[in-house]
Formats: sequence, structure tokens, C-alpha cells
Amino acid sequence: MSENKILQELLFYSGLHKTSPDIAHVEIHGNKVLGANLVEGLIVKSESFSEGVNIKIEVVKEIKNPVRFCFGLIPENGIQKINIDTVIKENASAEFFATCTFPNAKNIQHIMNANIIIEKNASLKYFERHIHGPEGGVLIVPVTEVFVKENARYSTEFELIKGAAGVIKLDYKAKVERHGIVDMKARIFGRLKDKIYIKESAHLKGENSVGVLTSHIALKDEANAIVENEIIADAAFARGHVDCKEIVQGKAVARAVPIVQVNNPKAHVTHEAAIGSVDSKQLETLLSRGLSEDEAVDLIINGLLK
Amino acid sequence: MSILELKNLTLVKDGKILLSNINIEIWAGYVHAIVGPNGAGKSTLANTIMGLHGYRNFVGDILFEGKSIKNLSIDERARLGITMVFQEPARFEGLAVDDFILAGVKEKKENLIDEALLKVGLDPLKYRKRAVDKTLSGGERKRIEIASIYAMKPKLVFLDEPDSGVDIDSVKFIFEIIKDFKKQGTTVILVTHSPEVLKQSDHAFLICAGKLICKGEVDKMFDYFTGKCAPCNHVGNPEIEDGKTI
Ligand SMILES: Nc1ncnc2c1ncn2[C@@H]1O[C@H](COP(=O)(O)OP(=O)(O)O)[C@@H](O)[C@H]1O
Ligand SMILES: [Mg+2]
Repeated sequence: MSENKILQELLFYSGLHKTSPDIAHVEIHGNKVLGANLVEGLIVKSESFSEGVNIKIEVVKEIKNPVRFCFGLIPENGIQKINIDTVIKENASAEFFATCTFPNAKNIQHIMNANIIIEKNASLKYFERHIHGPEGGVLIVPVTEVFVKENARYSTEFELIKGAAGVIKLDYKAKVERHGIVDMKARIFGRLKDKIYIKESAHLKGENSVGVLTSHIALKDEANAIVENEIIADAAFARGHVDCKEIVQGKAVARAVPIVQVNNPKAHVTHEAAIGSVDSKQLETLLSRGLSEDEAVDLIINGLLK
Repeated sequence: MSILELKNLTLVKDGKILLSNINIEIWAGYVHAIVGPNGAGKSTLANTIMGLHGYRNFVGDILFEGKSIKNLSIDERARLGITMVFQEPARFEGLAVDDFILAGVKEKKENLIDEALLKVGLDPLKYRKRAVDKTLSGGERKRIEIASIYAMKPKLVFLDEPDSGVDIDSVKFIFEIIKDFKKQGTTVILVTHSPEVLKQSDHAFLICAGKLICKGEVDKMFDYFTGKCAPCNHVGNPEIEDGKTI
């Protein structure tokens, strides 16, 4: 397949084929940067190595339109390692929209290592959508370490709803300074023999820092998920909340372990964990419309994960 | 021609007789009403015919278009053309009204959504993208349920208390859509304890304490609502021969 054809497929699956000069974007297939468009205030440097790409990103001012990152592999087999160092400079802000596309995966590894520094008064909103084929066959290892400086904000959302998840080992860590905010969310639909391991953690080090960790996981067939989200609060008036919601159907197994640790009497951290199955009334309503049980469960779960 | 036949239908749960030896023939193409006091077994009857969980171990038989559906699952019955609007509609977090309406429609045409919503008096622009969740009132959910069923064009539909929760101004839309169901060839069974809803039907069945008390013309069934609970005068403890025609 020609590089251009691969690029078109990546963009097609990710739904990002429409663009304009004022929208920044970067497309990476395997270890090759296939396309890029930068805008003022956004500096991106990349360097390929045999199994992937090292990327350095600097945001020095407010970037208006979301920056699109398109990662992925079109073939059935392969490996993609992405190492990203991102700095959002003081007072700067950006929104990143990343898609990771593995539509034909049989044996694919996608390893993402991100180090993110959000400087004073800066903010980054990061959204990552995975688009997988129906059979799984993917090992996804997203590891992120983020430093949220004074009065800075970081929000991240990981979405894997289309296609089988495969094996996911998500590990996100954040350190938050005074008045900083971190908001991490994962929404995943596991099927077949998918194995999902989620560990989000926020260390609220500064006064008045805020951390919210949310995981909404739905499982069916023989999928398995373990969610271990953790908040540690050191400082006065630090506030945190851990929310794990899991829905299980069939022979799926879910485990949720919220961990909260408070090292300052003036900090306040709460958690909730709920594991349940699809509501029978919802299911029967859709069955009485002629949907099969599988179709009904998919529709209900897709709604719940929205 | 009868589209649905109940033969000696009896349902016992936890030692209690919920439906007692019911024999009913439902004629195709008409609007029928099943009336009776609270707790008579009206919803139970609809749930049993739909095949809901907990209503499957009945004695007797249910024939749809002449064939037994006793051993069919809910979705198999639905694919034959039987469906229902639940007395208490379910809530679906995150499911958009337009996806909900099209869920059971075979030929998914966009304009069906607007048509169905307008039929129940809901503005498509305001409602299509909303979720079918707790942000909608009971009456709004009921109307959306009825709209979704209308879009499906089923052969037979149970509307369980179709006016419950629906405000006075909007009830007229429900009554209109009942006529539209009939026009499109759907046989309607209204499950109700409301005389206003009963008026929308061509033919009625009165049940009490799980028994069919009588069946026949709608006009004559009104005695039941006049407070006398005619023709038997014993609410919850009927003393009349089953299925008498009036
Ligand atoms: N699944 C069930 N299990 C046990 N009892 C039930 C069940 N469903 C209904 N009943 C009982 O059957 C009787 C009739 O209920 P229902 O059919 O809901 O009455 P209505 O005529 O008001 O619709 C009530 O006494 C109710 O408690
Ligand atoms: Mg009822």
C-alpha cells in the first residue's frame, strides 16, 4: 500500500479527513510521520526509530482549534511505540484530540509513553479515541506522567468503545500543585476475552488542588477488568473524588479497587464504586422492539459509556 | 380473523393465581381495550403475551396468527410483529431519542423520527438529541415510547396505560395516534383503567382478580366505571361466570 493510501485510510477510520489550514494535525503510521500541519504557538519535533517515533511538543500560547493526532497501524501485525514529551508553557493552553486506529489488528502492540508538564496557569485538554477491529489482537500500553503546576489544569479522556479492546494496561499518574486541577476519565467497552487493567492516580500535593478520577467500564462475553484508581491528598483543602462504574454481562468479571489516602486533616477525598449488570427493564424494552440480546446490550452500554 | 388467541391461560406465581383460565380472541385490525381495577391483572396479561421475564411459566397457550408463541423469546415474538409500551417506560442513560426511535425500525429512514415525534406532539428539534433518561418526565417518556412503536409499524401492540403521566393537553395526541395505528393496519390493545381511553376502542374486555368477567361493546362496558363495578358488584372478588358477553 502506498503511503498516501495508508494516510487516507487512517484519516478515514478516525473520521478526521476534513481539515483546514488553521487546524493543526500530525499523522503517524507505525514509525513514519505521514503528514503534519502546525499552527502558530505549537512546536512539534519528531524523530523516528525502528519501532516508533519520539515526539517533542511545546505549546507557547493559546491554540484555538483542537490539535489532531492520528496514530495507528493499518496492517494486521506490527508495533508502534510513541514517546511524547509535552510542555504547555505558562499561560498557554491547548486541546489535543488523538485517535489510535488499528482496524485490522491480529497481533499489534501500541506502546505510548507520555511525559507532560503543564506550567503555571496553563491548561491541556487531551482526548484519546481508540478504534479497533472486531477481534481484539491489540496490546495497548498507555503510560502517562503529568505534572500539573500551580493553577494549571489537565483533563484527559481515554475512549475505547468501537471494536474489541484486546489487552489494555493503562497507567496514568498526575502530581498536582496548589490550585491545580486534574480530571482523568476512561470509558472502555470490553468484549470477548479482552483484558483491561486501569490505574489512574492523582497525588494532590498543593493546597486547594483538585483531582477527579473516573472509570466507566462495560464488559461482556469473557472480558475481564481491574480498576485501581488512587488519590493521595497531602495538602490542606485538597479535594478529590474517585468514581468507578462497571457493568458486567455474560461471563465477564470486574474488580474495582478505589484507593484514597489523606495525609492532611483539612483535605477531603471521596470515592464510589458500583458494579452491576444491564437493567432488565431496559433490556426487555429493546427486546420487545425485536433487537437481539446482543444488539440490545450494545445499545444500552454505548449509551451508558457516553 | 383473530390475530391473537388466548387458550385457557392461567398464570400462578408464588402460590397466587394472577391469571385464571382466560380465553380471549383478538380480532385483527381493531382497537381493543382491556379494562379493570388496579391489580386486576391487566399488565400481567400484556407482559405474559410479550413473554417478559417472570411471566413465562403459564398454563394454556397463546396463538399469534394461528401459531403457538409459547416457546418463543421476547425478541422472537417482537420479530413476528408483537410489541408493547410498558406501563412504566424504562430510562436509558446516554441513549438519544432518535437512536431509541429507530432501534426497532427495520428500514431506518431519518424522516420517520420526525413523523413519529410530531404524532405524539413532541417537537423533533427539541427532543431528537435528548437522552431517554431521567431528564424527561414520565409523560414525555411515555410519548416517546409510543412514537418509537409507531415508527416500527407492528402487527399487534399493547399500550399499557397509554395516558398515564401524560398531561391533559397532550392526551389528544395519544388518542389520535391510536387511530393512526388502526389506519396503518396495526391491531391495538389498550390496557387501561381510564374511561377516556376506553372510549377510543372498538371492543372491550373487563377483567378482575385475574378473571375475564365479560367482553363486548364499549358502551355497555361503561357501567363498570359508574362506580357500581357492574356487572358483578364485587370489586376484587368477582362472582360472575367467566367471559360473559354483553
Ligand atoms: N411478576 C409478578 N410477581 C408476583 N406478582 C405479580 C407480578 N406481576 C404482577 N403481580 C401481581 O398481580 C396482580 C395484578 O397486577 P397487574 O397486572 O400489574 O395489575 P393491573 O391490572 O393494575 O395492571 C397484583 O396483585 C400484582 O401484585
Ligand atoms: Mg397495570
